[in-house]
Amino acid sequence: MIINSRFFNRSELIGFLALAVLLFVILPLSVDIFRLNLVAKYLTYAFVGIGLVLCWGYGGILSLGQGVFFGLGGYCMAMYLKLEASSVENTKIQSTPGIPDFMDWNQITSLPFFWKPFHSFPVALMAIILVPAIFSLIIGAAMFKRRVGGVYFAIITQAIAAIMTILIVGQQGYTGGINGITDLRTLHGWDIRTDHAKYVLYFVEVVLLFGCIVAAQFIRLTKLGRILVAMREQEDRVRFSGYSVANFKIFAFCAAAVFAAIGGAMFTLEVGFMSPSFVGIVPSIEMVIYTAVGGRMSIFGAVWGALLVNFAKTSLSESFPQLWLFGLGALFIAVVLAFPNGLSGIWADHIQPRIDRLLASRRPKSTNYVADGAPAE
Amino acid sequence: MFGDYSISDLGAILAMQGFAGLILFSVYVLMALGLAIIFGQMGVINMAHGEFMILGAYVTWMTSSAVQSVAPWLFPGYFFIAMMLAFVASGALGMLVEWALIRHLYKRPLDTLLATWGLSLILQQAYRSIFGAREVGVELPEWMMGSWQATDAIQIPINGMFVMGLTILITIAVFYILFWSSWGKQVRAVVQNRVMAGAVGINTEKVDRYTFALGCGIAGIAGSAFTMIGSTGPTAGQLYIVDTFLVVVFGGAASLFGTIASAFSISQTQSTLEFFLSGSMAKVITLLTIVAILMVRPQGLFALKVRK
Repeated sequence: MIINSRFFNRSELIGFLALAVLLFVILPLSVDIFRLNLVAKYLTYAFVGIGLVLCWGYGGILSLGQGVFFGLGGYCMAMYLKLEASSVENTKIQSTPGIPDFMDWNQITSLPFFWKPFHSFPVALMAIILVPAIFSLIIGAAMFKRRVGGVYFAIITQAIAAIMTILIVGQQGYTGGINGITDLRTLHGWDIRTDHAKYVLYFVEVVLLFGCIVAAQFIRLTKLGRILVAMREQEDRVRFSGYSVANFKIFAFCAAAVFAAIGGAMFTLEVGFMSPSFVGIVPSIEMVIYTAVGGRMSIFGAVWGALLVNFAKTSLSESFPQLWLFGLGALFIAVVLAFPNGLSGIWADHIQPRIDRLLASRRPKSTNYVADGAPAE
Repeated sequence: MFGDYSISDLGAILAMQGFAGLILFSVYVLMALGLAIIFGQMGVINMAHGEFMILGAYVTWMTSSAVQSVAPWLFPGYFFIAMMLAFVASGALGMLVEWALIRHLYKRPLDTLLATWGLSLILQQAYRSIFGAREVGVELPEWMMGSWQATDAIQIPINGMFVMGLTILITIAVFYILFWSSWGKQVRAVVQNRVMAGAVGINTEKVDRYTFALGCGIAGIAGSAFTMIGSTGPTAGQLYIVDTFLVVVFGGAASLFGTIASAFSISQTQSTLEFFLSGSMAKVITLLTIVAILMVRPQGLFALKVRK
């Protein structure tokens, strides 16, 4: 394995630039605002995917509870927006003005204590990062210090996702229940429902996404990333070499949680509501599917996986609602059985060599479908 | 929450909720026994286990409708036929799945989780296309309805006792098959050391296939029992899969005895709490307790002491 001293090698640079051109130039110019908003929604899952690449692809820790962190980030943002939308003037028809409408419907007369800090925008922003980070730190520390890993970790994170959903749905008065937190209007006085706001939010999201890509790439290239890979392959040897395996695992899990939370917060802003249907077991596993389809070893692959699977999901379920689940199931089995490294694996094994051969013989034409630059692992 | 009840009331409530939890216990035990064989013995994470159970439930429903229209005199005993058919149907599907999918993935346990999740999506959609999205309910024969008045305050549902008895019989049968029959010895030999088992002449591929089929078949029987507590729909199995995995992990993955003990404690806790709290909070508290205990004792209640 050759350690690359540059931040991106050539194929990664191409992948990075292709993604940047697509997301910054091609998509905003070619699709209308409705479709662009859909793309923005898909991209929020890419944040989760990048986290999963770090934690699952590199660290070997399969978490089936990423929806929890996605939801925590999303709910933190939604709580701030909801409080802003339920100011005293907006809610004067309620029996208790100034609290969110669903609380009023559930006979709650004062704002619960854990809602109070979300009046302030900076606190809400910090909570989006800190709440999932602390939560994942507790789970990670409890599990990895006791050397629980692999399958058991997956099942327990799944149980946590189930608990979270049941809790949110059950505590309707505090959380909005099954409908979630809806009717969000303004962010710090700025209306998020206009077309203009949607453009701005899209670009903010893409910038954040590239920030996460660079951060993940940085983690991957430092010694930490190499220890993660070593741990995945031979955990005992790393432990015997004197590294604290648990701490590295906790770090990867927390990083993945924070990425997911950023995605969740952006989801709330883009879509305008947050509900428990993005928290539970099914969405959590679907997030793993996007990553697996894109390629669990490739940061860019995760972004492409989230985009393509969701695009396929929307277009197929619009036209063939019956076939969609068959297609998704078959796609999943096919990826696991035939292409364990997903799209980026196909790219690295089959398409990249051909392009290299073409490059060697003559100048390449413009590559309009430059997919994920697979990492030189 | 206990304040409003006298001691004797509390005793009666506990006893009744305990018996009401028996059907839940039976479904958990049957689901978890199948899963403990597949997951604990073979290391395969079968996320489609709930769908195998629902297949059994649909078979039970079809048998009951068929018996009602073709041979009404058979109706009181249809449940036994339905259970056998459910076992055969789920087992056959399990064998097919093992051959087509699982046998390629024995070395990658986490990937079996993803692949069987895909399978469960396909099965759900298949049920929806074949049986329709509406939930179906099974009609019970006369003698299973009603309840038995044990004391003034305590009533015990008859179908609960019936399912309970069946569960005990099936559990004994599974223990017999796995621990005393020669085939069970082959299964355990393959689990402990695949290469050596192959070297002494055991057909490991065949053993794998039948083990998986047995686990799925038991899930089918669980589906028969399930028709008594819930209505059968395409996605009903998914609600049980996490609980079942927790039952298996909580009991200690390789220990069948632990599976039964944990199914009992989980179903009884949940059923008792449900009387005092809302259903969702009872579930949250039960699941949280399990997760908390698993964090303190990750190997589960009954761990086998083995050298790795």
